[in-house]
Amino acid sequence: MKPVEISKGVYSVGAIDWNIRDFHGYSTERGTSYNSFLIVDEKTVLIDTVKKGFEDQLIDNISQVIDPKKIDIMISNHTEMDHSGGLPRVMHAIGEQKPLYCSKMGFKNLSQHFRQQWNYHGVENGEELNIGSRNLTFLETRMLHWPDSMFTYCKEDGILFSSDAFGQHYAGFEMFDDAVGHTIMAHAKKYFANILMLYASKILKLVEQVQASQLQIKTICPDHGIIWRKDPGKIIDAYVKWSRQIPEKKAIVVYDTMWHSTEKMANAIAEGIYLEGVAVKPIHIRSSHRSEIMTEVQDACAIVVGSPTLNNGMFPTVADTLTYMKGLKPQNKIGAAFGSFGWSGESVKLVQAELEAMKFQIIEPGARIQYVPDDAGLASCVAFGKQIGQAVNSRNDE
Amino acid sequence: MDKYVCNICGYVYDPEVGDEDNGVQPGTSFDALPDDWQCPVCGAEKDDFSKED
Ligand SMILES: [Fe+2]
Ligand SMILES: [Fe+2]
Repeated sequence: MKPVEISKGVYSVGAIDWNIRDFHGYSTERGTSYNSFLIVDEKTVLIDTVKKGFEDQLIDNISQVIDPKKIDIMISNHTEMDHSGGLPRVMHAIGEQKPLYCSKMGFKNLSQHFRQQWNYHGVENGEELNIGSRNLTFLETRMLHWPDSMFTYCKEDGILFSSDAFGQHYAGFEMFDDAVGHTIMAHAKKYFANILMLYASKILKLVEQVQASQLQIKTICPDHGIIWRKDPGKIIDAYVKWSRQIPEKKAIVVYDTMWHSTEKMANAIAEGIYLEGVAVKPIHIRSSHRSEIMTEVQDACAIVVGSPTLNNGMFPTVADTLTYMKGLKPQNKIGAAFGSFGWSGESVKLVQAELEAMKFQIIEPGARIQYVPDDAGLASCVAFGKQIGQAVNSRNDE
Repeated sequence: MDKYVCNICGYVYDPEVGDEDNGVQPGTSFDALPDDWQCPVCGAEKDDFSKED
């Protein structure tokens, strides 16, 4: 990648990671980028760095614009190592005593990542920094998605440097929304579902605050993926919609299976849901990735989960999916459990307890079938599916 | 005295410990915290907390 001028004197100088496919357990089938932004003014500023291992690309890009030693101020919007991993190299290149601006929590958190005694400036929410012809404003955005997260806003250019918010794991030569087209929304949605869903209430509050403050946002520069310049309102509106979590008329049947019995049940339940006119997708856990499943959970109304009983317990991959899902706190869902078993059959009860813990509206009783389902058993699964489909429809009628 | 959990980040307010970084003495009940007290980890407001069960 080469540096790209976003606005006069403002450059994107980060790195593309074409090859990453597993981002701390999130599947990144299109790779990602670690975005870093350089503002050349009376004082020159760098916002965020890259993941460790990508510093060469970053330093090289900066050098194509300006001698790195001429950078006066480092700003860290977010402590997570995909953005701070390059700090030691960058601070070394620009000068170890140069001021490092971050939020108050950023100061605490960076100090627990790096042992260097850098010249930290922990900023207050709303604090301004004049860098010549521009004024930067720091906006605390705690838990979007770490305690240290903040945005840096440049009034003169109308640019919001938004850290991970509005990002997408997408590697491409296209740098902007207008270049990449609508397909980017699926990546943005997956990012939201897997990183930000649990902070939905915070996002809604933040958007309200931003709208009340009447910040002029012409361009949004997130730390991953493309820059939103043609229509930044589109991604903000999408975040509001996703944060409200109003489910669509859709169900997913997420299951694993040992000898295809739970699978047969899953397909019969899905058929019953479909017969009620609800969009439905059976998802076999070991054929999907948990982060793909979460993207489907995002707008589904009913989450139907099936597990065989293994050694008196839930099947381990189902536990993985449920643990991950629970942490992301999906709201306003209908839940139902099912599964085949050999002799004891604890799994349905255990799955249902997990769905209850997520405050889903449970369709009871869950469907249990011993060994291999016969025609009557499958018919009962279709009926269970219809019951779930009707519950989805009654939600949509409200 | 009851402990309270932040619904946003999971921080637990323990009245026996207080929140001395933000001037709250040990022994201060959750109800006695000032209205503008915020979660020391994530900045959530008091109404984002629920009683720990
Ligand atoms: Fe992050
Ligand atoms: Fe990130």
